Amino acid sequence: MADISANPKEGRAIDTVVLKSDRFRLEREADWARLEEIITKMERGKARRLSDEDVLALPTLYRTTLSSLSIARESSLDAALIDYLEALALRAYFMVYGTQTSFGRWLKGFFGGGWSRAIRDMKLDIWIALSVMIVGTLIGYMLVAGDSDWFYALVPGDFADVRVPGATEEALRGTLFGAEKQNGLGIFAAYLFSNNAQVAILAFALGFAFAVPSILLLIHNMALLGAMLWVFAQRGLTADFIAWLSIHGTTELFAILLAGAAGIHVGRSIAFPGARSHLVAAREAGKRSAVVMAGVVVMLFCAGLLEGFARQLINDTALRYLVGGGMLLFWLAYFFVYDGQKKGPAYG
Amino acid sequence: MGSAKSGARVQRSAKAGLDRIMVSPEGVELHVSVAPFMSRVWALVLDLVIISLISTGIGILCFLFGFLILTGSNGGDMFSLEGPLSFIVIVWIISNFVLQNGYFIYFEMGDRAATWGKRALGIRVASRDGGRLTAEAIIARNILRTIELFIPLQLMQTGSDILSGSGISGLTAFIWVSIFASFPLFNKDRLRCGDLIAGTWVIRDVRWNLDGVVAPSVETHAHPVTGRGVARYEFSDADLSVYGEYELQTLESVLRTGADEALVAVARSICNKIGRDWDTESRGGDERLFLEAYYTALRAKLERNMRFGKRRKDKFSDGV
Repeated sequence: MADISANPKEGRAIDTVVLKSDRFRLEREADWARLEEIITKMERGKARRLSDEDVLALPTLYRTTLSSLSIARESSLDAALIDYLEALALRAYFMVYGTQTSFGRWLKGFFGGGWSRAIRDMKLDIWIALSVMIVGTLIGYMLVAGDSDWFYALVPGDFADVRVPGATEEALRGTLFGAEKQNGLGIFAAYLFSNNAQVAILAFALGFAFAVPSILLLIHNMALLGAMLWVFAQRGLTADFIAWLSIHGTTELFAILLAGAAGIHVGRSIAFPGARSHLVAAREAGKRSAVVMAGVVVMLFCAGLLEGFARQLINDTALRYLVGGGMLLFWLAYFFVYDGQKKGPAYG
Repeated sequence: MGSAKSGARVQRSAKAGLDRIMVSPEGVELHVSVAPFMSRVWALVLDLVIISLISTGIGILCFLFGFLILTGSNGGDMFSLEGPLSFIVIVWIISNFVLQNGYFIYFEMGDRAATWGKRALGIRVASRDGGRLTAEAIIARNILRTIELFIPLQLMQTGSDILSGSGISGLTAFIWVSIFASFPLFNKDRLRCGDLIAGTWVIRDVRWNLDGVVAPSVETHAHPVTGRGVARYEFSDADLSVYGEYELQTLESVLRTGADEALVAVARSICNKIGRDWDTESRGGDERLFLEAYYTALRAKLERNMRFGKRRKDKFSDGV
């Protein structure tokens, strides 16, 4: 076996080789080996430890290897060589055209306008989601107004506790202003965040099925809200309830609105791709929605903090409106007024 | 992206139906092969095992810290979630969320574009159009795991937890997620729904070491009359016309990896084919030298024809 595994560097002169294609190979082998070494380092996450020379050499070596591959395919029948070059060229290609955005740079682009732009690009879907949510709330309200038994069908048991049709004003007021035990607020906030984020992700992901499940989920969640609203409205607590809700709700409902809109955006693109192919339409919508969804998680994190802390700590209706309204204004301004760096979309 | 196969190259992937061509921005065709469904499944199983191990690890750490704090504060209440203890619970909740949603995203954004499970199975994520694999694409393809993966898991554990609120019954939900899970089997590129909306696919991450040159220089001896080097084995054009590229590359793989018995068997069958007798041929030589000589001569001839644009796929194709 020594004969065939002999390394050319161990002294086999190129001139003694019979085949042209083997000479071609022996002349270029060193370049390939160097490229492979650089790539292997990069793949192991040691890209920063590469020397400047290596970094500069990478694109050149990559192109050399591509052209070697093209030549080898047309002139060599050495299967092992072609396999090696195919794999090496592909690996190098992935390094040269890799993700290449560091997480930090991506975040900067994301907060510096990428997120807002992605949201502005799905305005129509946001309007659809908004109308769906309003309709959902109205449905919930009217169903319970027509027959209060609907309440129990809409609201899962663990939500209801004392907030049920026919509850006294005292009891209801207690849920809004009562000094709920303030222990473990942080845990509550963390739990709310993780739970809401999972639901928002679900609302988005379901959009894949032509947006229908997203819409159903939005309607269902908002019907719950509408039913609850009716219970409080019966006892003249509408304004207080909305204040209680708005402190985190403007952020949370906005996030759910965006998640639903992102789902509708994807579903709509798949169902009606327009002039683009289905795959291209799905891809564009998917990437845009991913940006929005990353933002939704951020918003729900804020909402979790507001809900866990601010809502329990601020017990005044006017102040609650102020916080809730302030958050809403902030998001609206950030999404629809702020333009950030005009360096093209972050989801390009 | 396309489905054309490369000319006469011998297909070496497990299933030729999964071979694709991706055109690099330089205009060179790169051969990729789509990861088979079962590699995807095994990679996923591995990843889930890893995730649950990490999650358990974090849980044990949190528990230990909580225990230390309790014993440190001298008989605290295990069930009052205040102070440092509540901090630990928060860490646990948030880290689980980050783990579930961030594990795939973090690793697929890396230079290998593969989770540990995918690395173990030798597959990776790539952009379908041959462009950059963007962070958005990675996020998009992994967000859809919620409906493809985490809901079925929850269904199995708790019997429809999230979905119970949305009026979808357990069975309906199960059928629903089964459709998502088997989605890759119903398209030729083995795309998950997540791949579909992210414009990605999962391909095999092949790596080969560069093997040595086969038959680097044919042993020669001086010709008694002319004094020039002459090969020990010589083959006429007719001898070399019986095989094509497929047989050449099969011979190559025998020479690279074959045991001595295999070499003898191959040498015999070549001799039969070209009408020689192995027992006379082998006198004073050995099967490796014979095969290397034949390989080199055959390859020289086929490669010469190749340069004139004439290729012969295998022994059944027309000779040139």
